[in-house]
Amino acid sequence: MALQWVDRHRPTSLNELSFHSDLSQRLGTLASDGDFPHLLVYGPSGSGKKTRINCVIKELFGEGVEKIKVEERLFQTPSNKKLPFYTVSSIYHLEMTPSEVGFSDRVVIQDLLKEIAQTPQLDSNAKHQFKVVVINEADALSHDAQAALRRTMEKYMANLRVILCCNSSSKIISPIRSRCLLVRVGAPSVAEVMKVLHIFSNKENFVLSSAVAEKIAEESDGNLRKAILMLESLKFTSGNDYPRADTIVKLDWEVYISDIAKAIIANQSETNLESIRKMFYQLIFSCIEPSLIIKTLAFELVKYIEHEDVKCQIILEAADCEHRLHLGQKKIFYLEAFAIKTMHIYKW
Amino acid sequence: MEDFFSERPTKSRNSTLYQQPQPWVEKYRPKSIDDVTAQEQTVAVLKKSLESKNLPHMLFYGPPGTGKTSTILALARELYEPEILRDRILELNASDERGINVVREKIKNFARVIVGNRGESKYPNPPYKIIILDEADQMTNDAQTALRRTMETYSRVTRFCLICNYVSRIIEPLASRCAKFRFKPLDIENTKERLQMICEQERIKYEPEALDQLISASEGDLRKAIMYLQSAYRLHKNELITRSSILEIAGTIPANIIDNLLGQAYNLSYTGIESAVKEIVKSGYSSNQVLLQVNVGSLSGFLQRKSLIDQEQTKMVNVLTQIQEKIIYEERLTDIQKSTISQHISEVDNNLNDGSDEHLQILALILNIMRAL
Repeated sequence: MALQWVDRHRPTSLNELSFHSDLSQRLGTLASDGDFPHLLVYGPSGSGKKTRINCVIKELFGEGVEKIKVEERLFQTPSNKKLPFYTVSSIYHLEMTPSEVGFSDRVVIQDLLKEIAQTPQLDSNAKHQFKVVVINEADALSHDAQAALRRTMEKYMANLRVILCCNSSSKIISPIRSRCLLVRVGAPSVAEVMKVLHIFSNKENFVLSSAVAEKIAEESDGNLRKAILMLESLKFTSGNDYPRADTIVKLDWEVYISDIAKAIIANQSETNLESIRKMFYQLIFSCIEPSLIIKTLAFELVKYIEHEDVKCQIILEAADCEHRLHLGQKKIFYLEAFAIKTMHIYKW
Repeated sequence: MEDFFSERPTKSRNSTLYQQPQPWVEKYRPKSIDDVTAQEQTVAVLKKSLESKNLPHMLFYGPPGTGKTSTILALARELYEPEILRDRILELNASDERGINVVREKIKNFARVIVGNRGESKYPNPPYKIIILDEADQMTNDAQTALRRTMETYSRVTRFCLICNYVSRIIEPLASRCAKFRFKPLDIENTKERLQMICEQERIKYEPEALDQLISASEGDLRKAIMYLQSAYRLHKNELITRSSILEIAGTIPANIIDNLLGQAYNLSYTGIESAVKEIVKSGYSSNQVLLQVNVGSLSGFLQRKSLIDQEQTKMVNVLTQIQEKIIYEERLTDIQKSTISQHISEVDNNLNDGSDEHLQILALILNIMRAL
């Protein structure tokens, strides 16, 4: 069994879900009813959006949805460029991440989704006459692609239900939002994460003390996936011993960023800046997203600072730099600008 | 042979339509132009042109859910006999490829065809076709430019109807060729009437306050209101639909959370703000909603003066108004401070549109509010 715990013990039916039980129940009533709406599922990462969607689809169509296949489709953009695009599908549903093809996501929505929408369900014994299309990372869809979705969602309601899955519903244009039932999946609380961790330790047959579970739950910041991964690595490193709280491994990039924060606080000079630049490059090379770096760094920095007004200024600068980073091309400039600005604020 | 192939899909689609409960938005789409609610002026003008059988090129604009697409579809249904409806109408929306090539070929070819008068019939059947370009503000400038001459050359046999949300995104030469119709957001009375009609037909039990809540949450967007109503109905079935269930469906943030957020800003405490913002981000509320509600929270004083909101009808806003009243009298928020705050809110909205991180932006906004105090 090479599967990670996260995947091995992922709940597959709505009853197994361990938190937000009222939400699960409501989704259950929706699925058992003949008339199922388009859904827009949003919430922070690791709060169980995807798991819930899969459970709902299973509730809708039964076991058949577990037989899935990965398909590669070739697309032709208007400028005659050929693009490969991968979808995961069963006979009842299809899952895709149009944002993978970046700028051309509009073509995917226009061609593939419409093609699916225009063909009715093949299996005449299916519980429902429609197919479900799950669109992942819907907040990364371009405006054009979202606009292309509008009429399709209404026109082909008989053949198609769309489930959009995203982190923030504010990047979804309002015409789409008004066509969907909004489902908010909040992050689990510390107690709920602890409960899940205990379920996992029971399934894997080892003893987990409440103190350790609590520590992990707090570290994970409401991200259940992160918590489970931490638990697994903790179990792995501690071998046959009881897992102890002090051996919890923090993610190394987070440690690295807190090192940068310490360096900025310790010394505000040009030479130090040069070494910080190297550290930033190191992070970028390891594929940590620059906007995440700024955010984490800002929150780390704030921990070391006493003065309220300085904290304020740093966060404002972080927000500003992070915004510009999205407009600009070369990310390192903005990371450095933020470092310099904080140094400046801190020194004066 | 062709008939054999073409018949089957339509048949199966029809059967699915009968089995499938339709979304109410489609079910209660106005069937005739008289059914269109609240757009009296537009409807009056269109009816006049129906009588004279002569339509200008049209440009419909207005916010989502005000009945633009419904109006033109209803109009088409009244103009043409059902049998020829499909040949006389070309509907293109953003889900169709609408680049310059499509304008040059598909639209031009369709526009070119001459249609004759049909004999006596209870429908006017005017001797022209209609091309509906839905969501026309999504068309590229090039495509729009290519339309210019086409619209004029074939105006004897083809009428265009452009539909868009933002009239400013339609290039001037196109806009000047069309008769413009503005669709205004629906007012409370009309929305309520419509919703009550649906409730009656679907036999929904509801609290009177729930309907008011629904109207205030929908912000003049009738489609949104109907969608919310149907969602609420799906969740509750035969139970009573309450105000709180509408709140949850609309994704509105409970007043006490916003209250807490603003409260922290008045306390001038960084740590308090940080944790309050974190709480909001963690529970996954949308940042737009935060912006909106903070905005309502800090500006409802203005709104009151404008008397846009009927106090008895919109309880949710009332709660925020109460916070606001508290703020106004205790902290003495000046108009200047309010406008500074609004400025910050719009800035953050812009930043979010550019794709910035929500957590940081909201935090920055609240910090800015704190500084403005």
